[in-house]
Amino acid sequence: MSDSEPDRPTDDHVPDDEFEPVQVFPDAEEMDLRPGADNCYKCSTCDTNCPVAEVDDEFPGPKFQGPEQWRLKRGDDTDIDPSITKCSNCMRCDHACPSEVPLSQMHNTARGEYVEEHLNKRSLEYVRNRILSNYGTMARIGSKVPRLTNFVMGLSVTKWVNDRVLGITSEREFPKFATETFREWWDERGGAAASRERAREARATSGSESESESESENERKSEDKRVAYFHGDYANYNTPEVAKAMVRVFETFGYEVCVPDQRCSGTPMFANGMLDDARRAARFNVDTFRELVDDGYDVICSCTSCSMALRQEYPELFDFEGTETVAANTYDALEYLRIHEDLEAELAGSDVDAPDFAYHTPCHARNQGLDGQTLEVVDAIGGVEAHDVGDSCSGISGTYGWKTEHYETSMAIGEEMFQHMDSADADTGLTECPTCAMQMEHGTGYEIRHPLEVLEAALSTDVSPDQ
Amino acid sequence: MAIEDDVLVIGGGLAGVTAALSAAEHGDRVRLISYKQSTLRHASGLIDVLGYAPDRGEGESREGDGRSEGPLSDPFDAIPDLPTGHPYERVGLERVREALLFFDAIVGDAYEGGHTPSNALVPTVSGTVKPTARYPASVAPGLASDARSTLLVGFETMPEFDAPLSAAHLRAADVPFPVRGATISFPGELRDDAKRTRYAHILDWDESVDTGTGAGSAPGRAVLAETIRPHLEREARLGLPAVLGEENTGVVRRDLEERLGVDVFEIPMGPPSLPGMRLEDLLYGALEEHGVRVTTGVPVVGCEASDGGRRVDHVLVDRKGQEVPYRADEYVLATGGLVGKGVRSSRDGVTEPIFDCHVPHPEDRYDWFVDDAFGDQPFARFGVAVDRELRPLDAREKPEFENLRAAGGVLGGYDYAAEKSGSGVSLATGYVAGRRAGKEVRR
Repeated sequence: MSDSEPDRPTDDHVPDDEFEPVQVFPDAEEMDLRPGADNCYKCSTCDTNCPVAEVDDEFPGPKFQGPEQWRLKRGDDTDIDPSITKCSNCMRCDHACPSEVPLSQMHNTARGEYVEEHLNKRSLEYVRNRILSNYGTMARIGSKVPRLTNFVMGLSVTKWVNDRVLGITSEREFPKFATETFREWWDERGGAAASRERAREARATSGSESESESESENERKSEDKRVAYFHGDYANYNTPEVAKAMVRVFETFGYEVCVPDQRCSGTPMFANGMLDDARRAARFNVDTFRELVDDGYDVICSCTSCSMALRQEYPELFDFEGTETVAANTYDALEYLRIHEDLEAELAGSDVDAPDFAYHTPCHARNQGLDGQTLEVVDAIGGVEAHDVGDSCSGISGTYGWKTEHYETSMAIGEEMFQHMDSADADTGLTECPTCAMQMEHGTGYEIRHPLEVLEAALSTDVSPDQ
Repeated sequence: MAIEDDVLVIGGGLAGVTAALSAAEHGDRVRLISYKQSTLRHASGLIDVLGYAPDRGEGESREGDGRSEGPLSDPFDAIPDLPTGHPYERVGLERVREALLFFDAIVGDAYEGGHTPSNALVPTVSGTVKPTARYPASVAPGLASDARSTLLVGFETMPEFDAPLSAAHLRAADVPFPVRGATISFPGELRDDAKRTRYAHILDWDESVDTGTGAGSAPGRAVLAETIRPHLEREARLGLPAVLGEENTGVVRRDLEERLGVDVFEIPMGPPSLPGMRLEDLLYGALEEHGVRVTTGVPVVGCEASDGGRRVDHVLVDRKGQEVPYRADEYVLATGGLVGKGVRSSRDGVTEPIFDCHVPHPEDRYDWFVDDAFGDQPFARFGVAVDRELRPLDAREKPEFENLRAAGGVLGGYDYAAEKSGSGVSLATGYVAGRRAGKEVRR
């Protein structure tokens, strides 16, 4: 452009070497999803991957919920369509899109806006969704008296009230609270100090085999081998055996584990459009884990929706100091070991007395590139087989399948997985995601295990069950 | 530690899958990594080898040089005349033939066309005919070389296939058969913008739908047949948009054929394409059978070299913020071209983003294109240049890395859209790149 000519884009400009297009949109001051919306070329691949649209003809699908709705609401006269609440936040559309449209980010922001502006805060739907998305709060209270809570939640009168008044389906059995939470077990066991000692012993033992490990070498490794465990609410209150397996497995490999105070990852809050609750929880978690990352810890999750939240949703939705740092240092437990240890060599010759498994990949694991990982690890373990039950969605998507109005949709989506589990050569299920596990159990009656439990069994020969 | 394999194929489209299957015949551990779901579901499902000779593509034939070249009848005749640097010239005629045999063996009865080296002419959604070497069995009765009279039927809620318009175009193209088009309302209460897969699944599972005649509901295939029946006059065959089931296409077609007493065929459609999805299912099933490990959902974003830059040591996979190393002995780059984002362009130049392979292109970006939109566009040929082993070459025409090969759309030197050669190049180069990679591992 010559100095005398103003920066004015015109259509009739004759292209020559000096012509440079100009930036016509100002830099965005708040979250701007325009580039994402503009990337959509309407191939509709997302729609054909949406498990909800597959079974519900009323649901317009992710292409509408994301880029189309985003454009519509640029106008003043268009509100967010209520159908956004039918999206289950499985995030399969992200995985499907060939053009890098941030669909789930668009859905999360639209859902948040819908709940904020259009959902009556005194409606039962709002109250119910708030309760469901703040499961951790409910669980903290309920788990103080686990037997009583389990008894009450199992009563038909409780289920009736939940279903008829709140809209929480009575078709499902409420998950049982463990009589001892993971954190109670952890404290009882001696917390981080005990873990440090165990990890040191494990390193010394494996070091003595090569006869080159000195004390100082062991100390040096201590600096490298530190992980902070993000267990989430479910492993703490409901399946502490998964959390214990994670701790023992990592200690076996010489890692010192710490278990800082933490809140819910926010996954159920995003899915219910409770972005204020999610922001509070995320801020707490980022503050906590950011400091640990600065001290050389990596963050490990055993639930793939928790790792998804920390890695993808936090940076997409929030910008607290350290959000990116935490995201860039968070891993799934199995993934971390596969990267940092020679897991296959370690498992060579292992022989586990376990049933064969019907394995389901959670959608949120698939989106992190973790599909196939568990099958590859189990493949390296002797005495046990895992059969893949296909790439369909389990249909529960966290709190989604708990809502009375979504229960049937949820079960219709799950049907394909149930059938594949049925025809697989196994009577026990295997998955990383606690709510997929609920759905698998609900649909087939199988007992469901977590891959970390299988790994623990393969690695441990002499760990007593109380430690 | 990295995640270790013998051969790592980057890209989940036709070239990548073919490379992985071909490598798996030789190497023990093969992994295929794909950023997103396979682009096969964007493809028509037709396997074109060479429809038009490069310098006389559809674009130029209209320029009026007096040689209005039609489609090639035998693509293999034309391959020896291709210019140096064209992917077919690089691998050679025999390898193209072998690659097609390799494909035929994988897909079995699902595809036809292998009985002859000649191109078949397949009617398209817009009423043109496309020269192609292999086509799904469901497309076979619709070939334009067949003189039987034809009825095309489209659905009101699927405006992308306008059957009367398509039939008019076919007539204007002088096809050797009478053809008419009709539009009906697809049975059931589908939303106006229902997904292609909804139609397919209603037919797959013969779901019960409203008959629309006040007679309650009945199985979907029967209702569809009854809706079409009044439109059939004496036609011998019936063409429908390619939504005749995802898993049970054969059954859906036979059922409609028996009910209506005519041959039924599918017209291939744009994305999301059911024939593309069926091919994806077939090929990914073959990957599983051959023990190929598949990782999807995360992009390969870079690489680290070893051996003084002569070999790729490992690549880095971006798993939502972390760069995770994946290591293999041999690598195949099959990430697609400008559309598939295996080749990227900016105002500063054209690049291959993972290995930073050299992409030959004019320095002045105004030389990247010509003004005639349908002209012979230079950018359409942008991609990496390779040696005869399909190793990408640097600016001095030396291999970028000893253990890296490239296949499919990332290759330069051909214009798949004008030539109608996309699938054939992916098959031939995928086959050769995978085979070389697998054999190198064994060594």
